Amino acid sequence: MRPTLTLLGLLVPLSVASLLIGAAGIGFASFGSDPHMALIMSVSRLPRTLAVILTGAALAIAGVVMQQMVRNRFVEPGTTGTAESAALGLLAVTIVAPASPIWVKMVVASLAAMAGTALFLRLIRRLPAREVLLVPVVGLILSGVLGAIVTFVGWQTDLLQLISIWLMTGEFSGVIAGRYELLWFAAGAAALAWFAADRFSILGLGRETTTSLGLNPDAVMRLGLVVVSVVTALVIVTVGMIPFVGLVVPNIVARRLGDNLRATLPVTAAGGATLVLACDIVGRLVRFPYEVPVGTILGVIGSGLFLWLLYREPAHG
Amino acid sequence: MICVKNLSHSIGKTSVLQDISLEIPKGKVTALVGPNGAGKSTLLSLIGRLMPLQTGRISIDGSDIAQTPTRELARRMAILSQTNSLGSRLRVRELVGFGRWPHHQGRPTHEDEQLVMQALDALDLTALGNRFLEELSGGQRQRAFIAMALAQGADWLLLDEPLAALDMAFARRIMAQLVALREAGRSIVVVVHDINHAAAWADHVIALKEGRIAAEGPPETVCTSQVLGDIFDMELRVTQIEGKPLVLHHL
Repeated sequence: MRPTLTLLGLLVPLSVASLLIGAAGIGFASFGSDPHMALIMSVSRLPRTLAVILTGAALAIAGVVMQQMVRNRFVEPGTTGTAESAALGLLAVTIVAPASPIWVKMVVASLAAMAGTALFLRLIRRLPAREVLLVPVVGLILSGVLGAIVTFVGWQTDLLQLISIWLMTGEFSGVIAGRYELLWFAAGAAALAWFAADRFSILGLGRETTTSLGLNPDAVMRLGLVVVSVVTALVIVTVGMIPFVGLVVPNIVARRLGDNLRATLPVTAAGGATLVLACDIVGRLVRFPYEVPVGTILGVIGSGLFLWLLYREPAHG
Repeated sequence: MICVKNLSHSIGKTSVLQDISLEIPKGKVTALVGPNGAGKSTLLSLIGRLMPLQTGRISIDGSDIAQTPTRELARRMAILSQTNSLGSRLRVRELVGFGRWPHHQGRPTHEDEQLVMQALDALDLTALGNRFLEELSGGQRQRAFIAMALAQGADWLLLDEPLAALDMAFARRIMAQLVALREAGRSIVVVVHDINHAAAWADHVIALKEGRIAAEGPPETVCTSQVLGDIFDMELRVTQIEGKPLVLHHL
């Protein structure tokens, strides 16, 4: 697994950098002796670094699972209404039962994400298979409509500020110990995808082939729906939506290594983690000691990468 | 034996198959022929449980396909449908390897790998094993999908137009291979476009027209100018070469 090793070779130094970079200076000299520094490490820097890695890996995997489900490379949970549905669910809980514990919010957001994604899957079922770009367009329209509902309700209830964090600018500056652990569940959901890797690869070959190999395509779809929705909802609940990771990383990995997910999922996970961590570090350095949200950095880098992908690979969706 | 009873099927308001009852013999090469839109592919897809049954029953070696678990069916029959459109970026070896999935569920044994190699070899794909499918020509890709169905190692092999996109040499090789598989004890049902491939290689021919069975029997009885002329609504001559009917449909 050379690509995984290469990416881990990048990820390790980036993680070290992430531990060292921040408003409070950390010196090698006082390492281990300064209790204040140990506190910063264990409460802020380490949780943040872990949160970034878990988010990047989980979102990249959710992206590739989604792409296998709809057999289209130009979708990710952020462009198919999944994120907006999760936000809608989260908004509903916040309005109806603002004091409910975080796990209730997480469950409601996940269920809403599942419903929204199921709606998207239903909408695209009738689209002609040849029209590769219609699928992402329908996804964008659906997310636009759902996003408008979210904004309208948020405006009426004075919750716009929360919404802009959930949907627009996911970022990690608020991550401290005790406020990111849900992301381990997101990583768990992504790990579930690894156990079903062959099933998703087979699903990518189409319903007929899936059936003829003795798998129920609907069952595999439902599994994918759970993975995608849980990952998206948990990321939104904890740090907010991070765009483009689920789109760019799986596309680059597929170009290089193909769609045999059993082999490529570790690379995809490592790639997502590396990309988001690099962008988070850039975000922390651009206006040091202030921060630019990682979503903004990724938006810039990601849209550039995506345009490059579109022009590089026009023929096969 | 595959047994079809009172099978009707419609798509939207269009009736595709009307009250079909037939038996497909075990241990033979059976060819499904007929004009475009006669319902050949639909019949094959229904037998291969790729579409839900509307009315009628289908059983394969005594098991009703509506009652038998799909995984169990996958070990008994492999079906290659016409719509293997490409969305996936898989290598030829990976695709053919998935043919063994019903047997190993993700944990291939040495035997599975051996069978995949044999299937690749049978379709002359060994040298292309590491190539991505989308980098192949239409015919090579078609061969990869056939190899996948072959690797599945099922008693029954259902193939929908396997010769589409193949050149003459490979078309003949595939048909000869199907006959060799029959010799090895498998049963084959194949939709063929070119009637002469059915006439030359099949043991049993089933001709469909407008959703009904128009003729059924050994090639000598089905491939006559009268029967085929009625089915295809055209005049054609049939001659014989080496005891096999040869349909002169292009003259």
